[in-house]
Amino acid sequence: MGAWFKDFAAEFTLNFINDDRWQWLLEGLITTIIITFFATIIGAFIGIVVAIIRSTHDKNIDTMKKRKGIGYYFLKIVNFICTVYLTVVRGTPVVVQLLIMYFVIMASSTNGTLVAIIAFGINSGAYVAEIFRGGIMAVDNGQFEAGRSLGFNYIQTMIYIVSPQMFKTVLPTLCNEFIVLLKETSIAGYVGIQDLTKAGDLIRGRTFSAFMPLIAVALVYLIIVMVFTYLVRLLERRLRKSEH
Amino acid sequence: MKKFAKILALALALILCLGIFAACGKKDDNKLVMATNASFPPYEYVENGEYAGIDVEIAGLIAQKLGMELEIQDVEFGSIIGGVQSGKFDMGMAGLTVTEERKESVNFTTSYATGIQSVIVLEDSEYTSYEDFYTGYDAEGNPEDVIEGVMIGVQQDTTGDIYASSDPAEWGFGSDNVVRYKTGNDAVQALLSGKVTAVIIDNEPAKSYVAANEGLKILEGSYTDEQYAICVSKENDELLEKINNALAELTEEGKVQEIIDKYIK
Repeated sequence: MGAWFKDFAAEFTLNFINDDRWQWLLEGLITTIIITFFATIIGAFIGIVVAIIRSTHDKNIDTMKKRKGIGYYFLKIVNFICTVYLTVVRGTPVVVQLLIMYFVIMASSTNGTLVAIIAFGINSGAYVAEIFRGGIMAVDNGQFEAGRSLGFNYIQTMIYIVSPQMFKTVLPTLCNEFIVLLKETSIAGYVGIQDLTKAGDLIRGRTFSAFMPLIAVALVYLIIVMVFTYLVRLLERRLRKSEH
Repeated sequence: MKKFAKILALALALILCLGIFAACGKKDDNKLVMATNASFPPYEYVENGEYAGIDVEIAGLIAQKLGMELEIQDVEFGSIIGGVQSGKFDMGMAGLTVTEERKESVNFTTSYATGIQSVIVLEDSEYTSYEDFYTGYDAEGNPEDVIEGVMIGVQQDTTGDIYASSDPAEWGFGSDNVVRYKTGNDAVQALLSGKVTAVIIDNEPAKSYVAANEGLKILEGSYTDEQYAICVSKENDELLEKINNALAELTEEGKVQEIIDKYIK
C-alpha cells in the first residue's frame, strides 16, 4: 500500500505540480465558466423572445384570422422564422454548429471564445424557447381569462399572472438545460479554445497518463453541477412557499 | 448530500482499484514485443489488415538480427512509454521523438530517422522565416519576445505543439500564443481564414495540406529537427545494447536508408 501511495503522489506531482500544469486547469475552468455564463444569458434572451412569439401565435392566431389585420401577417411571418430556427438548431449536432460558426459564419473573427459563446447561446436558445413555451401553455387558460376579465391587457396578463406560474413549472427543466449546456461546452476544444476538458487533454498529451487529468476534470464538472443543483433546490423551496 | 458524497467516494475507490489489474500479464522470452500506435503514416499504419511502415519494417529486421519473433501491439500513443516502463512491452517504436522529458522515464536507442517540423503560412505572408515572428534577439542570439498578434496553430499534443508552447527564450512562442486544434487540417483551415498566423506541423502532412489548399506555402528551413528512436525500459540495458548493435549493423548495410527512401520520396 505504501508503494501504491508513493506512485499516486508521484503521478499527482507529474500531472498537476510540474510545469505549473494546474494553472491550465484553472484557466480552462475560467474559460468554461465564461462561455457557459454568457451563453446562458444569450440563450435565455433568445428563448424568452421565441417562446413569447410562438405561444402568442398558438394562443391567438385563430381569433386573429377572422380579422386578417396587419398583426396577423406579422405574427405569421415571425412565427415561421422562429420555427425554422428551432428546426435547424435542434436538428443538427452542436459540434457541427460550433464548427460552422467558427470556420464559416464567423470565419474572420479571431476571438474563439466569443464564437463559442454565440454558438452555444444560439443553440441553448432553441431548447430554452421550447421549455418556456411548454411552461406558458401549461398554465391553465382560466388564469389567463381571469387576468383579462380583471382589466389587464394581454401583455400585463402575461407578465403578472402567467409568467410567475410558468417560471415555477419550468425551473427544474431549465436547470437541466443549464447543466447540459455547461457540459456541452467541453467540445469547445474542437476549435482551439482551451476550456476545462481541453486543459485535461493537454496535460494527458504531455504526461502520458490518463487517470489523473481525466478524473480531475470529471470531478470539477461534477462539483460545479452539484453546487448548482443545490442552489436551484434552495430556490425551488423558496418559490414553493407562495403556494400556501 | 452526505449519502451522495459516500456513493461518490465508493465509485472513485472502485475506479482506483482498476489500476491493479492493468499490471497483470506474462511474457515469452523469445518474443520481442513492440508497442506502437498504428495511425502515423508513413512510420506505422495498417494496410490490408497488416501493419506496415518504416518503423514496422525496421523492427522486423532488428528482431531477425536478434533471432527473436516480433510481436506488434497497437496501443494508444500515450500509453506506449508507460507500458515500456512497466515491462508490459519490450520496446516502443512509434515515430517517437527523443525529448528530455521522455528520457526521464525510458532509455532511447540511437536514432534511426529524423523528422522535421515545418512552418506553413499564407502565400502572400510578409514572413519569410519563423525567426521573423520574434521582436528581437538578445546578445546570445536567443529570441526576446513574440510579435504582438502572432498566433501559431498546431495539432494538439504533437511535438510541434510542445515546442511551440515553450517560452520564447527556448525558441517557442509561449503557451498563450498557441492555438491547439484536434487535427492538422483544422489548424490549416484556421490559417486560411486568418485566425492564426502560421501552422507548425510535421513536414510530411504539411506537404499534403499545401498541395490540397490554394494560397499556402511552406517556409524554407525547418522549425525543429527531431530524432526518432526506439525506447526501452531503464531496467533492460541488455536489450538496449542488442538493439543498438543491430541498428548499427543495419545502418551500415544501408538497409535503414533503403526502407526510409521506400516510404518518403
